[in-house]
Amino acid sequence: MTILTVKHLNIVDLKTQRRIVKDASFSVQKNSCLGIVGESGSGKTMTVREILGVNPRWIQSEGEIIFEGRNILKDNEKQRRSIRGQKINMILQDAMTAFNPIEKMGVQMKQTFMQVLGVSRREAERLSLESLKKLNFSDSLAVYKSYPHELSGGMLQRCMIAIALVLKPDIIIADEPTTALDSINQLEVVNQFQSLKEMTGTTLILISHDLGVVQRLADSVIVMKDGEVLEQGSVTDVFNEPKHAYTQYLVSTRQQLSDSFMNTLHSGGNKEYDYGGESPEKL
Amino acid sequence: MSFFKRLQQDKLGITCLLFLGVVSLAGIFAPLIAPHDPTLLQVDMKLAMPSAEYPLGTDHLGRCLFSRVLFGIRTTFFYALLAMGVTIFSGVAFGILAGYSNGRVREVILRFCDAMLSFPSEVMILAIIGILGPGIMNIVIANILSKWAWYTRMIYSSVQQYRSKNYVKFAQVHQASPIYIMRKHIVPGISGEVTTHSTLEMGWVILSISSLSFLGLGVQPPAPEWGMMLNEAKNVLFTHPWQMIPAGITILLVIVALNFLGDSLQQAMNSKSYMASPKQQRKLFRLGEGRKMVSDHTDR
Amino acid sequence: MKQYVIKRIAGTVPLLLLVTFLAFILINLRTSDPAEIALRVNQITPTEEVVQSMREELGLDDPFLIRYKNWMMDSFQGSLGTSYVNKKPVLEELRQAIPPTLELAGATLIIIVFFSVSIGIICSIFENRWQDRFLRGFIFLLAAMPSFWIGLLLMWYFSVYLGWLPTSGKNGPSSIILPAVTLSLTFLSTYVRLIRNNMIQNTQENFILYAKLRGLKQSTVMWKVFSNSIQSALTAFGMSIPRLIAGTVVVENIFAWPGIGRLCVKAIFNSDYPVIQAYILMMAVLFIICNLLVDIVVVMIDPRLRREAK
Repeated sequence: MTILTVKHLNIVDLKTQRRIVKDASFSVQKNSCLGIVGESGSGKTMTVREILGVNPRWIQSEGEIIFEGRNILKDNEKQRRSIRGQKINMILQDAMTAFNPIEKMGVQMKQTFMQVLGVSRREAERLSLESLKKLNFSDSLAVYKSYPHELSGGMLQRCMIAIALVLKPDIIIADEPTTALDSINQLEVVNQFQSLKEMTGTTLILISHDLGVVQRLADSVIVMKDGEVLEQGSVTDVFNEPKHAYTQYLVSTRQQLSDSFMNTLHSGGNKEYDYGGESPEKL
Repeated sequence: MSFFKRLQQDKLGITCLLFLGVVSLAGIFAPLIAPHDPTLLQVDMKLAMPSAEYPLGTDHLGRCLFSRVLFGIRTTFFYALLAMGVTIFSGVAFGILAGYSNGRVREVILRFCDAMLSFPSEVMILAIIGILGPGIMNIVIANILSKWAWYTRMIYSSVQQYRSKNYVKFAQVHQASPIYIMRKHIVPGISGEVTTHSTLEMGWVILSISSLSFLGLGVQPPAPEWGMMLNEAKNVLFTHPWQMIPAGITILLVIVALNFLGDSLQQAMNSKSYMASPKQQRKLFRLGEGRKMVSDHTDR
Repeated sequence: MKQYVIKRIAGTVPLLLLVTFLAFILINLRTSDPAEIALRVNQITPTEEVVQSMREELGLDDPFLIRYKNWMMDSFQGSLGTSYVNKKPVLEELRQAIPPTLELAGATLIIIVFFSVSIGIICSIFENRWQDRFLRGFIFLLAAMPSFWIGLLLMWYFSVYLGWLPTSGKNGPSSIILPAVTLSLTFLSTYVRLIRNNMIQNTQENFILYAKLRGLKQSTVMWKVFSNSIQSALTAFGMSIPRLIAGTVVVENIFAWPGIGRLCVKAIFNSDYPVIQAYILMMAVLFIICNLLVDIVVVMIDPRLRREAK
């Protein structure tokens, strides 16, 4: 069942006078995970922000975004605000700056639950601590009492996921959740999302330029470049039999990297790898 | 867009620059332009309102206000220029000296600057006037001494910055002399910031000179000076309020021009993005594939 | 945290020494001979021998550093000399003049904070629209006017023309209004711009975006923007206090407000060096103490800085 559909979305940046997203169309199935793949600047984040309606004044859009049976682009501000957090939640890319630096983490989490879910202070506190525990923090009370600058990027990322867990939205959008993290934290986060999927069955939209992460977590995928949706389909279809030249290029580059890595692991690093005719020095 | 091109496009900045140019010329040619001798007393004509013969009226001693304002340019404006010039020069000299010299000399200069910077400049100026006594040259000296440290510090840090830049190191490799490097690379690099800041500081110096003269600590009568003229106006405030206007408006206009110019310079130095006009917005949506025009989204 | 405070206070001592030393150098640059003046004030004709004995009495022939030490010791003990003009102890004169200046500075600060915050917020809400431009332009114009001119204009309009407020002196609560408003107008522009820019910048910050995304109420989000903006502006407000006190000089003279500004200018006219000296010393020390207090308060309030202090 389709939970969200984007039809012919066009987004324009008035400051640079460029069209950022050109005629994008795709749909998201309920309880599945959609991956959005592409390089930086391909319009992934813009699209997703437009779904939530948090783009600045100089970004204007045209087209349809169908959610809950209506085109939410035509909603007024109040309606769009009611969707954020409760119906569609987003986890940001840069976790280090995502929280108010002058408030403690616990206060911010409590505030979110009290306002969005309407629960009492005590209940909000209990929910916060409970979800922090679920996210495998060694000392959740310490995290609760800390300021954002006292926590690492990975921990802050997990706090965002914790908030998403409690809010139980229909759709969770994760914008490049692993990009700012080192590889150990990356694995952590990927596992978190995996268990999130299994635990709550929420629909997930995952933006990443890391094909490995997308392959792991997503059921279907769309490929974006320069604001256009080049290809869409299930993960197996798109990655194993890419139709568009760009997707082929992405997949093969990724393939080369992981092949080289595996070869190095197995052979001890001395084997020269064939990059398809070009000498390594040229790269 | 280059610095000068952006500046050219800034109509306000150009207007201010022209205005200040006119003021400077008026000051230089004051003896030729002024209708009367600024110190000539015509007691029977005192406190007159503007007329054909006296374009801005006369003051309490019957002197032509317009002529006094014109000659006042020489006192206030030119002395401020002098103060700024010497400040910048000594700041540059010491800043470069500090930047290029070894530990001992540099440390002394920098510590001295820090100490001087820990005084608010108004207090320092007052202190220097207190010690040296009233007088326009003393005000100029006071302004120079209180501002010098800031410029030295700024030039020093710019020199540091530029010395570590690659193109300077490249020049050094080619055995360019320090003076050549300074002239070709460092001076152009810092001149933007120095010019901008100096323009804004000029306004401050003019205020300082006129305030102190207003208090009676600057030029002595009968020399024409804008602040002093306002002091004289104060005495007849109740009965002849017009007296406040000529000198006051002049100071206001000059300082506003300087501030706007400084702002324009600052904006020309940083590249800033701009909002498209509604016409341009509509054009954008018509781009490509003949799409239908979108209904105007109002501000969110 | 306590460690930071102690370290900071300890660090101020060398700075104080340096600044007072500078002040002392400054004071000794004067061209007239204090011994002569002291004699003249006491109406004794300064002949060679009398001047010499006066110099010895005043310790003017001692080496520079010893004179500096004596001066500092005397000042510490509160003996700042005697005014040349009215023979009263300088400390006494200062003591009488300081409270009115502090009152004026305090009232001005309240006006500045109130108006810069409110106007700054309005400007940031209407960013770059006509309300913003108009308000900023107006405030800018006010700041470009010399404070003595504004003072005169306001005095003429409200005291002479409308007759609502007294022209000068310190008689009753209404007489502080004109001086305080005049003084505040010069500073208003800087702070309006500061608050406005802080608000605009904070609105675009990532944590505000995430706050919106979590579904928080608009008022909550605005409050986060506001509290962050004020925090950044605290240092600026704190540092304005010494500038305010220095700025009272002109205003006090226009409105005949009996504060240290007026005292200082009178002293300069009369070459009353003990008073001038005391004023310089006091302002220098006040400035450094203000710096110190503001630094400490800022660290106490901002949790990010607290961590660095540890």
